[in-house]
Amino acid sequence: MRHDHLLTAKQLSRADIETVLERAREFAGDPAAHAERHPGALLALCFFEPSTRTKMSFETAAKRLGGDVIDMGAVEDSSVKKGESLADTARVVEGYADGIVLRHPSQGAARMASEFVDVPLVNAGDGAGHHPSQTLLDLYTIDENAGLDDLTIGIMGDLKYGRTVHSLAHALTNFDVRQHFVSPESLRLPRSVRYDLHEAGANVREHEDLDAVLPELDVLYVTRIQRERFPDEEEYEAVAGEYRIDAETLERARDDLAVMHPLPRIDEIDPEIDESPNATYFDQAHNGVPVRMALLDLLLEAGGDAA
Amino acid sequence: MTEKDTELRISKIRDGTVIDHVPAGEALHVLAILGIDGSGGEGVSLGMNVPSETMGHKDIVKVEGREMSQAELDVLSLIAPDATVNIVRDYAVAEKTEIEPPEQVAGLLSCPNRHCITNAGEPVETRFDVLDEGVRCAYCETIVREEITDHLAV
Repeated sequence: MRHDHLLTAKQLSRADIETVLERAREFAGDPAAHAERHPGALLALCFFEPSTRTKMSFETAAKRLGGDVIDMGAVEDSSVKKGESLADTARVVEGYADGIVLRHPSQGAARMASEFVDVPLVNAGDGAGHHPSQTLLDLYTIDENAGLDDLTIGIMGDLKYGRTVHSLAHALTNFDVRQHFVSPESLRLPRSVRYDLHEAGANVREHEDLDAVLPELDVLYVTRIQRERFPDEEEYEAVAGEYRIDAETLERARDDLAVMHPLPRIDEIDPEIDESPNATYFDQAHNGVPVRMALLDLLLEAGGDAA
Repeated sequence: MTEKDTELRISKIRDGTVIDHVPAGEALHVLAILGIDGSGGEGVSLGMNVPSETMGHKDIVKVEGREMSQAELDVLSLIAPDATVNIVRDYAVAEKTEIEPPEQVAGLLSCPNRHCITNAGEPVETRFDVLDEGVRCAYCETIVREEITDHLAV
């Protein structure tokens, strides 16, 4: 992989993805055994929105590779509060670190910031845009459970604003995958993503009812439908209730269905299935470390880090 | 009324650019895209909603004393894909130009997505990739197909 930055999943070829996953598998065996990879490397964490998993797994990954992190901290405590532009913040932080991980509420923020810096920059979520490092760990998890070719996947929930969905859908076009998108009409995939999937010749269907495809699925990727997307509580409850997964749902699915979720979940997956062999979402979250180790390792190599 | 009559209704120019076959009602947008607001001192003649044999009705824009570059003219393809451009020298047509869609337009449109980083007060110019149908923000990837002129930043 020879990219300066990771901004969207669209820039990833099949070979890029396979390179990351292969290296992630090497690291996953013994994550603590690779501290010689990038000693002294510093990764800047610039999170303009809250994060638990993404931020902590990037921090873990940097430290497992022998490096460390510097953290901008909460927006409330930073110069952003004084009105500093993202462009200026990026240019300043570039001078401190060997790489930048950026999460920002505005779509296109990572692309813009990348135009102001020479160190590798990873988009860790730009509003309702993309979240490509999540996609890499999602692909790793899919590969572990069902394989990435001859795959039938259902992607369900908030497809309009779900950045993990947008990135995953793009990345899956590199493989032999049938993608079924399940959502209420108001939360369908945005036009820009449908356009790209069409351009990529992806095998895509859209549904409002999960039962229309559930029995065929190898993987069901569930995302959170957020309250704030609906005008009132009643409408939200009515819609969200139709896209919840529980033990009864699993009875209508294949025995080996892998249920995934980028987390955090609220109540779209009933905790009663957490211990079932179908539940992969906690493994999925744990995979964030070896996959982000692999990503950082490759980006720092490409960035000319001598280690 | 023939196209010739229409030409005559708008005064001939000695030197400059004539943009013909602009969709009816778009002439002011053409001037906006070309950055012509009269402050440059150019003579500008407009014909709006004039009868046209091929288009029903059309607009014509004539700019005196200024020859537009191909790059300037290509952005017109966003709103007037069938426009024809004549460069006039000493009252005669010296060059006929076909406009072609550019690959990208910069600084011309604002992004309709209010969550786009280009609407967040950052020091960047908007950039839109030109698609077969419509344009697409190079930052947030929003596709605009309808009413592109509503988003003119000029």
